[in-house]
Amino acid sequence: MKARTSWDVVCTVDDLVPESGVAVWTEDGPVAVFYLPHRLPALFAVSHTDPFTGKNVLARGITGDLKGQPVVASPLYKQHFNLQTGQCLEDEEVAVKTYPVLLDGNNVRVEIPATNKESAVA
Amino acid sequence: MSKKTLIVIGNGMVGHHFLEQLVETPAAADFDIKVFGEEKLLAYDRVHLSEYFGGSTHADLAMGTADWYAENHIDLRLGEQVTGIDRANQTITTPMGDYAYDELVLATGSYPFVPPIKGNEHPHCLVYRTLEDLDSIRASADGVKTGVVVGGGLLGLEAANALKSLGLDAHVVEFAPRLMPVQLDSDGGALLKHKIEELGVQVHTEKATTEIVEGEEARLRMNFSDDTHLETDLIVFSAGIRPQDALARSSELAMGERGGIVINDQCTTSDPHIHAIGECALWSEKIFGLVAPGYTMARTLASVLNGDTEAAFTGADMSTKLKLLGVDVGSIGDAHAQTPGARNIRFNDEQAGHYRRMVISEDGKTLLGAILVGDNSHYDTLLQYALNGIELPENPETLILPESQGGAPALGPDALPETASICSCHNVSKGDICGVIDAGCTDLAGVKAETKASTGCGGCAALLKNVVDSELEKRGVEVSKDICEHFPYSRQDLFNIVKVNGIRTFRTLIRDHGKGHGCDICKPAVASILATCWNEHILATDHVPLQDTNDTFMANMQKNGTYSIVPRVPGGEITPDKLIVLGEVAKEYNLYTKITGGQRVDLFGATLSELPEIWEKLIAAGFETGHAYGKSLRTVKSCVGSTWCRYGVQDSVGMAIFLENRYKGLRSPHKLKMAVSGCTRECAEAQSKDIGVIATENGWNLYVCGNGGMRPRHADLFATDLSDEELISAIDRVLMFYVRTADRLQRTSVWMENLEGGLEYLKQVVLEDSLGIGEELEKHMADLVDTYQCEWKTAVEDPEKRKRFREFVNAPSKKDPVQQWTTERDQRRPLLEEEPA
Ligand code: SRM
Ligand SMILES: Cc1cc2nc3c(=O)[nH]c(=O)nc-3n(C[C@H](O)[C@H](O)[C@H](O)COP(=O)(O)OP(=O)(O)OC[C@H]3O[C@@H](n4cnc5c(N)ncnc54)[C@H](O)[C@@H]3O)c2cc1C
Ligand code: SF4
Ligand code: FES
Repeated sequence: MKARTSWDVVCTVDDLVPESGVAVWTEDGPVAVFYLPHRLPALFAVSHTDPFTGKNVLARGITGDLKGQPVVASPLYKQHFNLQTGQCLEDEEVAVKTYPVLLDGNNVRVEIPATNKESAVA
Repeated sequence: MSKKTLIVIGNGMVGHHFLEQLVETPAAADFDIKVFGEEKLLAYDRVHLSEYFGGSTHADLAMGTADWYAENHIDLRLGEQVTGIDRANQTITTPMGDYAYDELVLATGSYPFVPPIKGNEHPHCLVYRTLEDLDSIRASADGVKTGVVVGGGLLGLEAANALKSLGLDAHVVEFAPRLMPVQLDSDGGALLKHKIEELGVQVHTEKATTEIVEGEEARLRMNFSDDTHLETDLIVFSAGIRPQDALARSSELAMGERGGIVINDQCTTSDPHIHAIGECALWSEKIFGLVAPGYTMARTLASVLNGDTEAAFTGADMSTKLKLLGVDVGSIGDAHAQTPGARNIRFNDEQAGHYRRMVISEDGKTLLGAILVGDNSHYDTLLQYALNGIELPENPETLILPESQGGAPALGPDALPETASICSCHNVSKGDICGVIDAGCTDLAGVKAETKASTGCGGCAALLKNVVDSELEKRGVEVSKDICEHFPYSRQDLFNIVKVNGIRTFRTLIRDHGKGHGCDICKPAVASILATCWNEHILATDHVPLQDTNDTFMANMQKNGTYSIVPRVPGGEITPDKLIVLGEVAKEYNLYTKITGGQRVDLFGATLSELPEIWEKLIAAGFETGHAYGKSLRTVKSCVGSTWCRYGVQDSVGMAIFLENRYKGLRSPHKLKMAVSGCTRECAEAQSKDIGVIATENGWNLYVCGNGGMRPRHADLFATDLSDEELISAIDRVLMFYVRTADRLQRTSVWMENLEGGLEYLKQVVLEDSLGIGEELEKHMADLVDTYQCEWKTAVEDPEKRKRFREFVNAPSKKDPVQQWTTERDQRRPLLEEEPA
């Protein structure tokens, strides 16, 4: 059976900060949306929760690229996460959850897996 | 087994070094150690004695501490002169009593030779050897005009400089036809004389003093054998040193014909239980009047006492490199070409004031000695040729010719053998340096810390840096100064690129001079450079994404994702009204409050969205941001100073507030801390700060490049008795030079340790303006001071900037559910992970 998903509007373009991230609250919990206007794709969404500390801070990290991969550095202890795959560059066993994200007119939409949605509702 | 007793007579440089070496060996445990010092002060750095006139204190010059002696169970008896040795009973005598020894070490040094001239017992006839001597000279120089040094050798010229620094008209009277007769030839001596006279010290050569009598215009009059005379208020004799060997002589140890305690290669005298090291010892008919050979003897003897049968002193190199009254002088090996068959090559540029002479072997293959006056840049290379017997190039003259005339470049560090001595003060060879690098050292500061190289006289600094860089490069360690993969430049290069090209954004910089999109290394570094150059608001749209989270939100992120708030409290002075506001705001937002180590108040636990509201209230009450988040000025700590304290000599609070307001907001490679103390009791701990200021009767003493934190570093005394204006100008220049040339995240302490030429170089740049950039540095600082803005004030007034402070942009009222709290000692704090919710 194919899991149901939904594309939720999480914010508008005006809320985004070029070359940086903002945090949004979704039904799957806190998500960090990054806007890197000088690359394609320009939008990335990953969990806002730093897997090393459990604190909601990743949107406040510095973005950039390392060896060609788009990354954000955790503001707490500076580990890097690949924005596309969620993979931590310093520790191959750690990754953050990633979300498909797209621009729909002025709206930024993030795809939330339905299973999570249901469990969040339950 | 009961312990044996080891007695050391003399607590000077060599005696102290010996103890340092000995306590590192297992043998230390076999001995009860007693040390007798005639001077009342703990061993100090005599080589830098003259700095005492520059404001250094005994504490600055001291080689160890009383605590160190106590920790190592060494019984140190200062101010207790040993007056006799009874070899048969193995005891020594002092005015306090007799003491038995099993092993005895004589480290009694030498005393200044005062020629037998009639009248030399006059109270204003002095010598230059101990701190007490310097106190006497200072007292004698008070309120008078003229001073004469008898003796134009190395120490005499140093003493002349000291007299000059005390404000006297200084003269040097030398018996020989030239200055520094031991180290220089006649051409070199003549050039040195010329240069020194240009600097205002009068030199009288070929003068023999016959008597000293009462003067007419000054206190004294010196009559010379050629019927001329000179009037002066004081005389400092510096006519050579004599080994302090009276004890050995009276106990009938073997002595040299012209004095000195005879020792063998193991530094043992004619009595197997008595040893001698340093300037009192005579080895192979030679006395060594320099500290490095003494240190080598000290190391040797420590090994010998530790049972090392191979340890041997095999002589020492007496080459010297000096700056006398600002004039470079170098003398290497057989400077006077006494080796049979030796030949000379001379280069004499009277126009530039450079004289160089090489003494080479008959076959032209090896360098035997050299003399340099006016420019020591060839010294390191020549010394390495001479010490290591490296074969000379086919046209050896290229070594001393200017490069424009076909001169050879300096000897690369690669050409040196492993045994090449790099630092003679601490006996560090190129091999030792390779050793610590192989063991994991990856930078200059590390090599210095491990080997102690370049922490003595400092003369080897440039060579050391070359060797370290070249060895690191060979091992593939990136000595590359590239800041990260995005820019093939060091921070200093980037600074220049930004400044020269007028670049104002990170995008432009990376597009034109880098590659990719940047990272958390280069972005904050560039943000700091942009701020130093143009001082735009750090939350301007282009700069926001460059900052660390602390700068982005102008507050420090805490472990649970909340932030702390630190308003500026300049100099630590705060009104009761302001204190009340802090209390009220903290209460309203339930913030944990704590007094910081920087004399201000930290409020913890604010959420992102609360920050602008809180700051709005603080700003309304007259507070400003304290930059606790920035790589910029933190606090200027003060002590209460002359306003209240009965010892204060200047208004330290006023100066601290002034400095804090002047430099607040300056973006720098790392954070900056300062302090101002109102007197030498130093309650503000200024000597542990990047910039430390201590009040004196006449103004301010400035200390630079101290550090607390992970690797504490005592600040260096930089300048003394400055007026307010001189102080500000010096600090402006030091800070701006640091900001322009340091690496990213390099505190001033590490910057100084890696700065080629070190403290002296920094003094030249700042105090003598050797690079001619002094005014520009001050102007740049003035621009930054003029464009200061309180970042928080600008941010709370701008709705666009305030938008950034939303926890969740789509749910403004949502509280972050992972932030959980508990109460401790009546205040709120984060719930720790291991605690139940
Ligand atoms: C609050 C305070 C401790 C306190 O409760 O007293 C403190 C707190 C922190 N210090 Fe500190 N330091 C504080 C005084 C000091 C001092 C004492 C002083 O300034 O007189 C030192 C030693 C002096 C020095 O720096 O030379 C000090 C040496 C450090 C260091 C080590 C620096 C070094 O060069 O080794 C760090 C780490 C770093 O900067 O890389 C550090 C880093 C930090 C950080 C920023 C760690 C972090 O990243 O979270 C802490 C943030 C506190 C916050 O959120 O506001 N803190 N820290 C003090 C704030 C003073 C202020 O009013 O601004
Ligand atoms: C102004 C100046 C500048 C110098 N510059 C340089 C330089 O640039 N480079 C360099 O290599 N060298 C330099 N020197 C020389 C250097 O300081 C000496 O080589 C070094 O101090 C020798 O160390 P030492 O321990 O043998 O003697 P000292 O440091 O003189 O120590 C001997 C100690 O023994 C004590 N003592 C003597 N007799 C007794 C007794 N009977 N009982 C108890 N205590 C006793 C003395 O009071 C003294 O404190 C300079 C010296 C001076 C004065
Ligand atoms: S010493 Fe360590 S724990 Fe204490 S404030 Fe400084 S950085 Fe934090
Ligand atoms: S030679 Fe003196 S410190 Fe190295």
